[in-house]
This record gives sequence, structure tokens and C-alpha cells, in this order.
Amino acid sequence: MSLIVCQHLKKQYKTGVVAIHDLNLNIEKGEFCFVIGSTGCGKSTLIKMMYREERPTSGKIIVGGINVAKIRNSKVYKLRRKLGVVFQDYKLLNRLTAYENIAFALEVLGLPKDEIHNKVLKVLDLVGLKGKAKSYPHELSGGEQQRVAIARAIVNGPRILICDEPTGNLDKRTSMEIMEVLKEINKLGTTIIMVTHDTTIVNALKERTILLDNGRILKDYAKGTYKYESNKNIN
Amino acid sequence: MKAIRILTRSIRDSFKSVFRNFSLSLASISCIAITLIVVAISLILTYNVNNFTSKVERDVTIVAFLDTNIKEEGRQEILEKLKKMEGLQNITYESKTKIGEEMMNSSDIFKNIMKNWDESESPLQDTYLIKVENIKEIGSIAKRIENLPGVDIVKYGEGMVEQLVSLFDLVRKICYGMVIALIIVTAFLIANTIKITIFSRRREIDIMRLVGASNINIKIPFVFEGLILGVLGSIIPIITTTYGYTALYEKFHGQLFSSLITLIKPQPFVFQVSLVLLIIGILVGMFGSWRAVRKYLKI
Ligand SMILES: Nc1ncnc2c1ncn2[C@@H]1O[C@H](COP(=O)(O)OP(=O)(O)OP(=O)(O)O)[C@@H](O)[C@H]1O
Ligand SMILES: [Mg+2]
Repeated sequence: MSLIVCQHLKKQYKTGVVAIHDLNLNIEKGEFCFVIGSTGCGKSTLIKMMYREERPTSGKIIVGGINVAKIRNSKVYKLRRKLGVVFQDYKLLNRLTAYENIAFALEVLGLPKDEIHNKVLKVLDLVGLKGKAKSYPHELSGGEQQRVAIARAIVNGPRILICDEPTGNLDKRTSMEIMEVLKEINKLGTTIIMVTHDTTIVNALKERTILLDNGRILKDYAKGTYKYESNKNIN
Repeated sequence: MKAIRILTRSIRDSFKSVFRNFSLSLASISCIAITLIVVAISLILTYNVNNFTSKVERDVTIVAFLDTNIKEEGRQEILEKLKKMEGLQNITYESKTKIGEEMMNSSDIFKNIMKNWDESESPLQDTYLIKVENIKEIGSIAKRIENLPGVDIVKYGEGMVEQLVSLFDLVRKICYGMVIALIIVTAFLIANTIKITIFSRRREIDIMRLVGASNINIKIPFVFEGLILGVLGSIIPIITTTYGYTALYEKFHGQLFSSLITLIKPQPFVFQVSLVLLIIGILVGMFGSWRAVRKYLKI
């Protein structure tokens, strides 16, 4: 079975807005998958259902073997431990250093101190922040903060990394650096789903790309087939 | 092992958090402190009234004076009838001889007068001393005893006892009501104060959820924080009660208005009250935090 399966997935918010219409989608293990589309087309809603921030109105969504729509609130943490999530605004705790922010994700799991230490150092190295362990978020650049956030998301060794516009606040060069980090993580076996507005990135990486429009999949480009010209829907 | 690590980390974080958000913590602490002081006053009042009422209840005795010429079998007959009556707790017999001896022993003047008395001319009467189960029934029981043949008159301090008892019964009920109402109000007040504190930490809770902390895992530090707030909030009320009550007791020499109303001795009373305050503070703090954080754990 695919790592992520959506069947007849539908999301209607309490306000009446239907953000996702009858959506079918399979994402395989090890894939790198972009989700693009104009603003308000339902990209965030789709991935929010994957990490169970929102419940689908109807349909099925299975992530890593977990039937996400069916799990109870009190069991959501089991899903969250299987995946990492990265946001545009990093969501770091300002009172903690880079090291502590990453360690935080392991402390709540109850890992012993030396194991936490080893894992955090390893992941800091992976995202290229070896020298910044003791820095607080306000002492780091946007790109560096995003690296910390990515490190925190993957330190636990999740099978899936979900990113909602991780480069949204970053300049072109920094964005490409972040993409290098993500590609590296993908190479190590983590499946990545990334929502973005940045067509340059999508065009440069030529990974699988899902184009959403009004809550429906308009196009599903296989790896290597995406072309910027072919799409006028992105702002 | 894992659970212990999570717990110790939670406790460490709770301590840090109380001091990091100190101005907000202070709001909760003051809220707990103020209400606990009022709770303390009500508690002290309630206990003292209780103490007094039960003392009165223990002391109040119906004295039934028997006819002067009553014989042994007459006395037995009355005793049988008393034993059959409902609501009596214990009955003791005191003969006029015994009363006379006690009086003679108590003073030489009595002795001189009484030693010449002949059995038949003694004005003393045999008595039954009767305690009742429920002080509120004392009037009706006394009346029934007085109606028994062979009983001359019955005395129990009528009037005053009834008034005092019903007065203190009222005070006691009001105090109980106040304590309970206060505790409930405090709990919700604190829940709200802590809710504001926690609102500013929504982000933290969201991040904890995001990285896979279980709900219990998220709750523990907050509930423990509530515990710390409860302990800190009860310090001032405890000090105030301990010193305040002791000072009050000494100022009035242990009595209020008259020697009839005695105050409870400060020790160990103030420690018991302090313990109750501490427990209320802790429970209310924990309950408040638990309620406040619960709201953010739903999607
Ligand atoms: N919590 C919510 N309650 C009600 N409506 C919502 C909610 N979140 C999103 N929506 C609506 O659902 C639709 C899809 O929103 P969503 O955030 O998924 O879009 P998006 O593709 O991520 O947009 P953007 O590119 O601007 O981030 C929009 O019309 C939005 O207004
Ligand atoms: Mg979005």
C-alpha cells in the first residue's frame, strides 16, 4: 500500500467553504512531492488533514498505515510521531536555543539524555548548523531558523516530512539552500510533501508536482515532467 | 523509566515556567491567596462554632428531681420508663445522700448545717441526670419526663440553651455554605486566570502537539504548575491564619464575650487549618490548570 492514501477526500469548513472536493491521491514511500496552486485552493487544508490538524468531512485518508480520520484526539500523538511538520513561520520556542528546540521534540518522548544529545548533534550537522547549537532563534537568520525547524521535524526519524511553504519567508538563495537540505533528507529515505508558491523551485527540482485548483487535483505531474510554462494558475 | 524521565522533565519545566511567566503567575497566586484567606476565616469560625455547640451539647443535662418521699420501687419504676423513652443517651442516678455528702465535703459551712439533719427532714431530693441524643429535642423530652408520676420537677437551663443552639446552628450552616461556595468560585476564578496564562502559551502547546507529545504529557507540566501556584498562593493565608489566630486567642484569653464561649486552642488547631488551606490551594490550582489546558487539546 502507498504511504499516503486519500480516497474521495472532502473537507468542508464550518463556514460552509468546501476546501477539498472528492480528492484521490497516492503518495509512495520515498517520493518528493510538491503541492502547488493559487492561494486559497486548499493546499494547506490537504496537508493539515494528513497530520490531523483538520478532520476530513468525508472520505478516507491513510498515512503510514494509520486511518487518520478515525483516530481519537487523545491518540493524535501517535500519528505525529510518525511525521515531521515544517511551517513558513518556523514555530520555534524563542526562549530555547537551537539545540534545546530540537531536543524538546525528543524530551517529550522520554528519551534518555545522552541519546537525545547524540541525535541532536547528528541532525544539527545534517542541516548544516553545527556551530549554532547555542544560539537563540532571534540570533539566527530566517534560513537558519528554518533549518532548526527542519532539524526538529526529522530528529525523531519520521517516515514523512510535511512542509507548508517552508521557503515562503526566505530569499531566493536561502530558499535553494533549504531545498538542498530537504533533498538530502529525501535521499536518506524520508518521504517529503511540500506545499509551495515558488515555481522556480518546482521547476528546478522537477519532482512530482500536484497542481490543485479549487480543492481538486487539476494536474498530477510525474517526476521530471513539470514545466513552468504549462501552468498559468500559479500567481 | 521513560515515564519517570517525562515526569521529571515536566516538573522541571513547570518550575521554570512559573518563574518565567512570573507576572501572570502572580495574578493566579494572588487570586488563590485572597480567597484562601476568606476560606480560612470561615473555617476558623465554623470550627469554633462547632466546638462550642458540641461542648454545649455534651454539657447540657436534664435534671429530674424525684418526689421527696419516693421509695426504692418508685425509683426503679421511673428508671424503667426512662429507659423505654426515645432520644435519651445516658441516665445516671444520684441519691440525696450522695448529693448531701458531696455538699458537705465541698464546704465546712454546709457540713456544720447538714450533719444534724435527719433523713426525713432533708430538703434534698433524689435525682436522675439525663443526657439527650439530640439537643434540639431537649424541650419536648424534658416535658415528657416531668409528666412521669413520681417526678417532681425537671430543670435543664431552658430558654437560653435553645436560643444559643439554634443561633449557632444557623452560623454553622452559613459558614459551611460559604466555604463550599468560596472553594467553587475560587476554582473557576483560578481556572480563568490560568486560562489567560495558558492562552499566552498556546504556541508552546501547539508545538508540543506537533512534535508528538501525548495529551497527558502536555497536561502534566501545566497541572504541576497549578500545584506550584496553589502552594505559593497558600503561603500568605497560612502565615496570616497561624499568627492571626494565635494573637486573637491570646488577646481574648481564649474566651469570647464570656467564659461560656471558649475558643479552640491555637495548637494544633492552626496547623490543621493550615493543612486544609494548603490542600485546598493545591487542589484548586491543579483543577484550574487542568480545566484551562483541556480546552487547547481538542481539535
Ligand atoms: N479554519 C478555516 N475555517 C474556515 N475556512 C477555512 C479555514 N481554513 C481555510 N479555510 C478556507 O478554505 C479554503 C482553502 O484554504 P487553504 O488554507 O487550504 O488554502 P491554501 O491553498 O493553503 O492557500 P494559501 O496558498 O494562501 O496558503 C480557503 O477558501 C480558505 O478561506
Ligand atoms: Mg496555505
